[in-house]
Amino acid sequence: MKLIFEKGNLNRGLDLMPECDVPVTHVSTGFERKKELNLPHVSETEISRHYTKLVKRTFGVNNGFYPLGSCTMKYNPKINDEIARLPGFSDVHPLQPVHTVQGCLEAYQLADKYLCKITGMDAMDFQPAAGAHGEFTGLKLIWAYHQERNDTKRDKIIVPDSAHGTNPASAAMAGFSVINVPSTAEGFVDVEALRKVVGEDTAGFMLTNPNTIGLFEEHILEITNIIHEAGGLNYYDGANLNAIMGVARPGDMGFDVVHLNLHKTFSTPHGGGGPGSGPVGCKELLVKYLPTPRIIENDGILTFEDKNEKSIGRVKDFYGNFLVVVRALTYMMTLGSEGLKNASENAVLNANYMMHMLKDTFDIPFGNGRCMHEFVMSLEKLKKEKSVSALDFAKALLDYDIHPPTMYFPLIVHEALMVEPTETETKETLDEVIAIYKEVYNKACNDPDAMHKSPTTTPIGRPDEVNAARNPILRY
Amino acid sequence: MGTYVPNTKEEQRGMLKAIGLASMEELFDAIPKEVKLDAPLDIPKGMSELEVSRKMRKMAGKNMVYDSVFRGCGAYRHYIPAIVKQVTSKEEFITAYTPYQAEISQGILQSIFEYQTMICELTGMQVSNASVYDGASAAAEAVIMSKERKRRKALVSASVNPMIIETIGTYISGTDMELEVIPVKDGLTDIESMKDMLDDDTACVLIQQPNYYGLLEDGDSIGSILADTDIKYIMSCNPISLGIIKTPAEYGVDIAVGEGQPLGIGLSYGGPYLGFMATTDKLMRRLPGRIVGETKDTQGRRAFVLTLQAREQHIRREKASSNICSNQALCAMTAAVYLAAMGREGIAQAATLSMSKAHYLADRLCELDGYELVYKGEFFNEFVTTVNTDVDKVLKTLSDHGILGGYPLEGSNERQLLWCATELNTKEEIDTLVQILKEVS
Repeated sequence: MKLIFEKGNLNRGLDLMPECDVPVTHVSTGFERKKELNLPHVSETEISRHYTKLVKRTFGVNNGFYPLGSCTMKYNPKINDEIARLPGFSDVHPLQPVHTVQGCLEAYQLADKYLCKITGMDAMDFQPAAGAHGEFTGLKLIWAYHQERNDTKRDKIIVPDSAHGTNPASAAMAGFSVINVPSTAEGFVDVEALRKVVGEDTAGFMLTNPNTIGLFEEHILEITNIIHEAGGLNYYDGANLNAIMGVARPGDMGFDVVHLNLHKTFSTPHGGGGPGSGPVGCKELLVKYLPTPRIIENDGILTFEDKNEKSIGRVKDFYGNFLVVVRALTYMMTLGSEGLKNASENAVLNANYMMHMLKDTFDIPFGNGRCMHEFVMSLEKLKKEKSVSALDFAKALLDYDIHPPTMYFPLIVHEALMVEPTETETKETLDEVIAIYKEVYNKACNDPDAMHKSPTTTPIGRPDEVNAARNPILRY
Repeated sequence: MGTYVPNTKEEQRGMLKAIGLASMEELFDAIPKEVKLDAPLDIPKGMSELEVSRKMRKMAGKNMVYDSVFRGCGAYRHYIPAIVKQVTSKEEFITAYTPYQAEISQGILQSIFEYQTMICELTGMQVSNASVYDGASAAAEAVIMSKERKRRKALVSASVNPMIIETIGTYISGTDMELEVIPVKDGLTDIESMKDMLDDDTACVLIQQPNYYGLLEDGDSIGSILADTDIKYIMSCNPISLGIIKTPAEYGVDIAVGEGQPLGIGLSYGGPYLGFMATTDKLMRRLPGRIVGETKDTQGRRAFVLTLQAREQHIRREKASSNICSNQALCAMTAAVYLAAMGREGIAQAATLSMSKAHYLADRLCELDGYELVYKGEFFNEFVTTVNTDVDKVLKTLSDHGILGGYPLEGSNERQLLWCATELNTKEEIDTLVQILKEVS
């Protein structure tokens, strides 16, 4: 398909700007742009049709089943978007006087209150713009905590080998070095190995729970205790919170700081890669280090407090991805206490149902037939016997018009496919998908060559990724 | 109680039965008793869509939407063409995930590739990434990117927006980098002081163009001082200004960054916005974040993919160039649609209109007693004035007339206002503002 730069005509364009009604000021010599600006020269019709064409080459949650493990691609309710578009939220300047933005601050205050109850934390901060940004912020809190106690030799963050790549990357970015701790054959943190690596240099431990295998860490209290006794703090990666809302809380499991992904658990859309929102919650002992500014209530007026010597400082220019938080708040208000628990229950139910129906066909190495909100299948046998990899399997699913599961994650499972159906899928959809997975499995056994050629019905076939990286073409 | 769970109670029971369980509670048997909640979450009951809508509208109604805005300071109200909102409201674009499966994500991937191209065009640079969170995080990422073996010191001009300086400080605290602030003279980066601060440890110099006070920096002089060194030249710029003002590439910049919000993204009380980052071919593999590249599929058709992933966290883990995963994809698409709609002429017009209105506003304000320009340098669409009376009183009076006045500066600029104008401010609005101020004293 053509790029927008390959359409139009040099003299084509929209008429958007009025005549200047004041004397025109020109940029003086030396400051003016000399290089010609080559933007598309297209009519409004062409823009409209161009993007309509791109839409047809895009797959969203509204298109079909999207079981990307660890990404929680649940349905994105439309009321959330409608509310976020209200001018009272969307056309407000971030530096308006606080008395003119009490509604915005109230939205933050309510979201804060609800998320604290859901996670068992004492405070929330909405400045971080995405999950990884939240990780960085949360880890800086741990860093500040040890600094203030002059416990500066604590420079190690421990992460399980099943952790998402952002965990070690965030730890490194926050100035820590990283220690990996292995998982047991059952897919849990190896408690004995953990005991061996903790010590006076332990700053903290990062964990996703349920973990990336889709299992709830059975020794969670023992694990968080080991870290606390060694003088470290516990960090909860909220990627999998969708499994436990209203059932269990990180705050009750011994975690001191959490980050959430509002674009996962709290139904805000992912926009093809963002914007997200990654609020950080913490226990009282870390509140004083939270980024500035903080929203506080003063004589019944919500306002920002800017001065705090102990704060880690600002992590973003203006406070938070506000409209994402508005969407998440709308969602929490709609579901309420019961509804959130109901969402988690059904997320876990849907995952267990799928896993149960697939377990006789696929190798599901962990969990003994049970999982939380997601499960991991291994296609190692298929790879060995039929040369059909997890990638081939995923690509074959594309021809059935469903989005494949997450591939090759977690790293500790060979030929992994990680399935997270979420609670917003119907039983009919799950049954259809189960049948498709089995059909594709049979195909892999009987006609492995066809699998290598898939997909065949998508706008493009498999792209040459090696060439893309070797000879990068990054612009038109 | 609202819900988005489609399965009926009966279906849920059937599914439980199929897996051999009697109740929902049993699904959570693996969770130790000691950490299980024994009471419902202490938050209100759910509501119908109508009730939620009513409640949220009431909340939105408590915010003031100004008829006229004369405040910028990092967030700018520009005109957003209707086509921009329409295109970016398409459900598929909104609800897609990061384009991991290229075969069914060509729409998102191509839109990012087009965005990258437009950012390269605007800045004159060779390579752009798919976006980062906002202007401040883009600046901080650029500073980290400039780090070389022994070059660990970042020099940032005091004329950069303080929020950006503070964000850089947070990003590098606790690492082996340090931040030093170059002083300002007459509202501009003090180039003589900067020269004295450069040494073998210096990794980068970061300036903002136009700067925090709206002034145009002498980017050429700084460029020629840095030209023959290994020090990276980083410039944070206003993308609209680039329609008429010299590009970072023309200044010899190594990394161009900025806040992309003016490109068709609403004020949104501060977010989501868009951080753009562009650099030279030489530094391409050090650029953080997602990057889309062009390649071919098995049949030789043009195809787009996420590329150069060896830089990223899911491959490199603790050795990645940054931890960033989710960026601001939909905001990047918004900027791309905006730039396509505006075109070269439109961007130049918006920039010239903004600059002209700001100069008219400045001229008119300076007719008033007690109002004068604090700095004499050339400015784009923002400038600082003194005020003849109490700043709060001035702003309050304007606010009562539906006008958001200039931003009250702090520190040594206390009791001064940073004004801004864009193409949205009409002559009539400006004259009204001046008339109102005439009556405040």
